[in-house]
Amino acid sequence: MDFQLSEEQKLLADSVESWLQDKYDFERWRKLVKTDLGYADENWKEMAELGWLAMPLPEDFGGLGGGAVERMLIAERFGKHLVAEPFFSTVILGAGLILEAGSQEQKAAWLPEIGEGKAKWAFAHAEHGSRFALNEVHTKAEKAGDGWVLSGKKIVVFDAPSADKLIVLARSAGAATDAQGIGLFVADANGKGVIRQDYRTVDNRRAADIVFESAPAVAALGDPAGALPAAEAVIDRAIGFMASEAVGAMQVLYETTLAYLKTRKQFGRPIGDFQVLQHRMVDMMMQVESARSLALLANLKADAPAPERAKAAAAAKVQIGKSGRWVGQQSVQLHGGMGMTDELNVGHYMKRLMMIDTTFGHADHHQKRFAALANAA
Amino acid sequence: MDLEFTPEERAFRDEVRRFIQDNLPASLAEKTRRNIHLDKADIVAWHRILHARGWSAPNWPKQYGGPGWTPVQRYIFDEECAAADAPPLSPFGVSMVGPVIYTFGSEAQKQKYLPRILNMEDWWCQGYSEPGSGSDLASLRTRAESDGDHYVVNGHKIWTTQAHFANMMFCLVRTDPHAKPQEGISFLLIDMTTPGITVRPIISIDEGHGVNEVFLDNVRVPKQNLIGQEGKGWTYAKFLLGNERTTIAEVATSKQRLKRLKEIARAERAFGAPLLDEPAFRDKVAAIEIDLLALEYTNLRVLAAESAGKALGPEVSMLKIRGSEIQQGITELACEALGYYAAPYERRPDGSNQPPVGPDYAQGRMEAFLYNRATTIYGGSNEIQRNIIAKMVLGL
Repeated sequence: MDFQLSEEQKLLADSVESWLQDKYDFERWRKLVKTDLGYADENWKEMAELGWLAMPLPEDFGGLGGGAVERMLIAERFGKHLVAEPFFSTVILGAGLILEAGSQEQKAAWLPEIGEGKAKWAFAHAEHGSRFALNEVHTKAEKAGDGWVLSGKKIVVFDAPSADKLIVLARSAGAATDAQGIGLFVADANGKGVIRQDYRTVDNRRAADIVFESAPAVAALGDPAGALPAAEAVIDRAIGFMASEAVGAMQVLYETTLAYLKTRKQFGRPIGDFQVLQHRMVDMMMQVESARSLALLANLKADAPAPERAKAAAAAKVQIGKSGRWVGQQSVQLHGGMGMTDELNVGHYMKRLMMIDTTFGHADHHQKRFAALANAA
Repeated sequence: MDLEFTPEERAFRDEVRRFIQDNLPASLAEKTRRNIHLDKADIVAWHRILHARGWSAPNWPKQYGGPGWTPVQRYIFDEECAAADAPPLSPFGVSMVGPVIYTFGSEAQKQKYLPRILNMEDWWCQGYSEPGSGSDLASLRTRAESDGDHYVVNGHKIWTTQAHFANMMFCLVRTDPHAKPQEGISFLLIDMTTPGITVRPIISIDEGHGVNEVFLDNVRVPKQNLIGQEGKGWTYAKFLLGNERTTIAEVATSKQRLKRLKEIARAERAFGAPLLDEPAFRDKVAAIEIDLLALEYTNLRVLAAESAGKALGPEVSMLKIRGSEIQQGITELACEALGYYAAPYERRPDGSNQPPVGPDYAQGRMEAFLYNRATTIYGGSNEIQRNIIAKMVLGL
């Protein structure tokens, strides 16, 4: 057992941290997320130059061959700084799906572009009525000549407004909840029959609802009727990434709140002198550490056999869902009126943690999933 | 013992229900239902409709122009208003400073201010908290110095809800810097149009503007605007906070929100069935409904004791603690019920999505959750309320 980082990994962590400290302070973030785009193309370009976009990609496709640990190190720091660039959608989900399900030709065509920062991707998976069940897919993919056309509606597709390509989870065969018959289809985000309604989300990200009206797909990634296991694998790894992002966000809340308790004075002494707040703070620390442990587990099991990988991801998602909500809400509470203001960073972290809990399913959803996996034996 | 309303109380309920049905403008109910920030004109409009019927100050005795209702009647009125999505009345005049004025104010103050609260000619705000004085309110530093027949007030108030609507503020000021903290405080009525007052908005985490900072710079306040005696302001403030703690339970509002939560959870689907049938979610809704039921009957027991003429003690802090926790629980579950559709947060100036994203019932749910994070902070934080109970009720 070894929880140490290698020298290269330490260097990566330091370089991400120092770039973010330099470029991504909270006041700048506030301005950035109010722009139409919601992030900066300039930042995206620099992230490509620094090699972060290529970090998790294999060397064969212009990548740096990083694995789960490298993803985790980036995620945690992105969480600390509420990074708004579409790294998660493009690199973790987009490149992740291409890598897991795509052909050699598809990988060769699309992965280097991603690594170079030349293409942005988004993953359209959610549908209203399916909640978080990945197998319940109503959006249809139908054969049209050599290719496919897509029809249906996807909701809350994060980062779709600025994406070049979409990966659409759609059904080519079977009934609405069959695990079989589901494919991953690539479509141009601004292509024919793709009708987007763009909006801002509560955590200041950008998303869209997308109606596909016989929209032609550019390609199918892998088996057009058997891609669900690939999607599940990538989503489990994405949960690992989000878990680390959540840990970074919680760490900031924990440190900020602790510092506030030591400096804010009421009744002639720091409010941290009051035992009830001391215990609250200790609980907060334990929540952060539990989340850190399970984020680590989910990432280190990212490439394990499916049941083991899924169990770790489900456990982490439950933990970060519950811890994130609690740490976020208590940080607002302990900051009093200040915690309620838009100008303090605390509320923004609370909102981000709430959206992390929502993305790919709340704690409840994954607790049910965990129980099914853990009790199967 | 009897849990049922008397025939008279039932008749009263029907009368209130009918009145609201006939008089509440549909547009106001719609805004309230969608949790869109109400503007001043909306709240004034509903207040004046109630005033025409003599109901604009449900908690006031007849002699000051209130309806003279029993606590049970007030409870029924609150229930009916919430169930019909009537906008909440601004509490600062009717629930807060009004009772202080008719209990401790001079005859001239009663004559002048009470009618203007009843017809909402005045909009009041509460000048209590300061940047350095939140939970420790008695440490407040806004000074009022005597200058002939005026006080000259200097200081900085914060979290002043609706100060941007208000033309009057009731304000805690320090008149004696040498006395013990609680004894040097006085209760002043300040005209917000007096020179030297600046109101600056604070944007809250729901991105709305409800609270403000108020700066007072050499503000001259006539001494006739002092409530009761100089140095007794803390007593009046505590009287006011005590009143606030019973209304802050918000049982009626929570019942309405719970009903709405169930509507959402019946419409949303999980695993091919209504979300409300999904065991984990169903159990959470049931748990909070039971919490609310316990609060409702605790509240009714307090009202019954009040009806029987017992003075409310520090145990009413319990209503504030449980009431605020339940409000937060219900609004959080509503967001959870929405799944991904809790995320969109693009708003028109009227507070709604533009154009609406997701189902109609998603409108305003996240705003309600975010704004309700304040309920465990304002009116004395829940930590302070628990200290009050520990000390005053339990003797610890």
